[in-house]
Amino acid sequence: MRRLLVGIPYLWLLVLFLVPFGIVAKISLSDVAIAIPPYTPTLDLSGGWSAIRAYFAELDFENFAFLASDDLYWKAYLSSLKIAAISTFLTLLVGFPMAYAMARAPAAWRPALLMLVILPFWTSFLIRVYAWIGILSTEGFLNQFLLWIGVINEPLTILNTNLAVYIGIVYTYLPFMILPIYSTLEKMDGSLLEAAEDLGCSRAQAFWLITVPLARPGIIAGSFLVFIPTLGEFVIPSLLGGSGTLMIGKVLWEEFFNNRDWPVASAVAIILLLILIIPIVLFQKNQQRQAEAEK
Amino acid sequence: MASSGQAEVFAPWEDPNEVPLIKIAGVTKRFGDFTAIDNVSIDIYRQEFFALLGPSGCGKTTLMRMLAGFETPSEGLISIDGQDMGAVPPNQRAVNMMFQSYALFPHLSVWDNIAFGLRRDGLSKDKVAARVEEMLKLVQLGQFARRKPHQISGGQRQRVALARSLAKAPKLLLLDEPLGALDKKLRQETQFELMDIQEKTGTTFVIVTHDQEEAMTVASRVAVMDHGQLIQVATPEVIYEQPNSVYVADFIGDVNLIEGAVGAIGDGAELLWAEGRAALMGQPGADLSKGSKATFAIRPEKIAISAEEPMDRRNRVQGKILDIGYLGNLSTYHVELPEGPVVKCEVGNRSRIERRDFTWEDEVWLSWSDTAGLVLPG
Ligand SMILES: Nc1ncnc2c1ncn2[C@@H]1O[C@H](COP(=O)(O)OP(=O)(O)O)[C@@H](O)[C@H]1O
Ligand SMILES: [Mg+2]
Repeated sequence: MRRLLVGIPYLWLLVLFLVPFGIVAKISLSDVAIAIPPYTPTLDLSGGWSAIRAYFAELDFENFAFLASDDLYWKAYLSSLKIAAISTFLTLLVGFPMAYAMARAPAAWRPALLMLVILPFWTSFLIRVYAWIGILSTEGFLNQFLLWIGVINEPLTILNTNLAVYIGIVYTYLPFMILPIYSTLEKMDGSLLEAAEDLGCSRAQAFWLITVPLARPGIIAGSFLVFIPTLGEFVIPSLLGGSGTLMIGKVLWEEFFNNRDWPVASAVAIILLLILIIPIVLFQKNQQRQAEAEK
Repeated sequence: MASSGQAEVFAPWEDPNEVPLIKIAGVTKRFGDFTAIDNVSIDIYRQEFFALLGPSGCGKTTLMRMLAGFETPSEGLISIDGQDMGAVPPNQRAVNMMFQSYALFPHLSVWDNIAFGLRRDGLSKDKVAARVEEMLKLVQLGQFARRKPHQISGGQRQRVALARSLAKAPKLLLLDEPLGALDKKLRQETQFELMDIQEKTGTTFVIVTHDQEEAMTVASRVAVMDHGQLIQVATPEVIYEQPNSVYVADFIGDVNLIEGAVGAIGDGAELLWAEGRAALMGQPGADLSKGSKATFAIRPEKIAISAEEPMDRRNRVQGKILDIGYLGNLSTYHVELPEGPVVKCEVGNRSRIERRDFTWEDEVWLSWSDTAGLVLPG
């Protein structure tokens, strides 16, 4: 029974991660072909041992070499890293005060506030992103409102710019930032701040010297939870971003569906995954350290 | 703190020329329509070890938090060293507090916890280091300096909290149930350590406790509180020997209480307690008026037990032994009087098996001197 319980997550990992990863890795070493599926070679076990040898002989790293030679790709990776980093920072900027206010709210309100943070997950992500198109477009609610109160005379172009992408990402990933920070702040003993004040701190000093360091594991966890999925984000840049928005998720999509170049698309995906391993490992380390500190 | 013999007795509260360090004058604190502190006035003097004693919820922490500056009085004034504290925030008071929960900063080492307040004062690195080392030595935690609070024991944490609150050499140190989280043995050891440190540093301590033994052990004076009101402020000896009310007599130590009415008041005071029985004679514990309701309070160790009627004592009653408790160093007898009350009497066992000649159901006489008991109003 115990072995079964331990085994389930591994089975899950095997079926839902390692097998697809193996398939994608194999495709990334193949050549594009006009066929179904659109790459070659495909494994034909009926040909016996020699066919298998021939199959492996045809695999090579050509696609990776191609990615290195065309500057579109590394620019897209860099641009994605930049957009992910900036979005993470903006999400932290918006999320921390919200988490702080929630943790400081009367205990009776907190469940309701948590509910409000989680509530958006109850509708489709796609619908919510489309709603932002309605808000941000030239004739959208935001522009109409700003024109009405007289702050602007001309409608602002927000949709199809990087700004819209940032807004979309901050909006979408905000709960992932708020929840871990809230959980660290909520556990904080209020008498620590009084002790800091008692020892000569101003309120602001106590915030920087006590609250922020104690919230650090939550800040780190939240930042990774936003950064990691944002790096490969595809839906938000393609719906809200413009032609100027270069993100690797979009490139990946175009290789797969517009160019039908599965091998190159797979190579793009493999590199994205390799890049993501670093923050994922750091995230795991952070979680482990926090779990140890709580013991 | 009680000194004996030739040494000068520490009793600044008896000296009319002495200026108190802390003046709490007519302070009331209300939370909504609940009154947590009700018109309390106390003067606390330099180098005192002052204890606030009372049951849980009587307002001790609230009073202490007003001294630290975390609560403001609804009415009344608090001044420290002649300065009105009304508008002074906690971070600008020469007062430090040791929190009931210790409130050690979990992300900082023992060393950094102790250095925390010193760094806020902008002291130079060397001065901070010297002072931290001094504090670590005072509380004997030198080898734990680099540990985090969660890596040391409860008793060690308590000492870190003490060192941290003493580091800035405050004029006044507030300790909110500092030993509450320790087990009994460690608690008793730490009480003496606290007294030692208080004497060494010369800091004025105000300690909050609900443990009467602790208050009696450590304090120069004890303030007994009940429901936000101050009932009595006095030295431990006076609190024990001359409580001003039934509440204080009952709260501190063991006491027999016999209800009745005030009789003649002369040298002492009489308590009429039962029809056809001689009045009990005692000291008046507070202002009494003849005929009013009163209670006779007598400590068990002040009662003698004998088989024959002690004719030389006015205060003597006869009863039947209900229960005997042998505690090694002393024996307690529970004696039921025919009128109903059960009187507890404690006798020291000076020589082996002495006085063990009484047994259950024996008729015995209890007696005490005219000055041993108190007649208290109410
Ligand atoms: N901030 C507050 N708001 C409302 N009531 C409070 C507050 N602080 C304390 N009290 C009430 O005041 C009373 C005294 O509390 P406290 O001073 O903590 O008692 P003690 O320390 O003697 O146990 C309690 O009944 C408590 O509920
Ligand atoms: Mg308390």
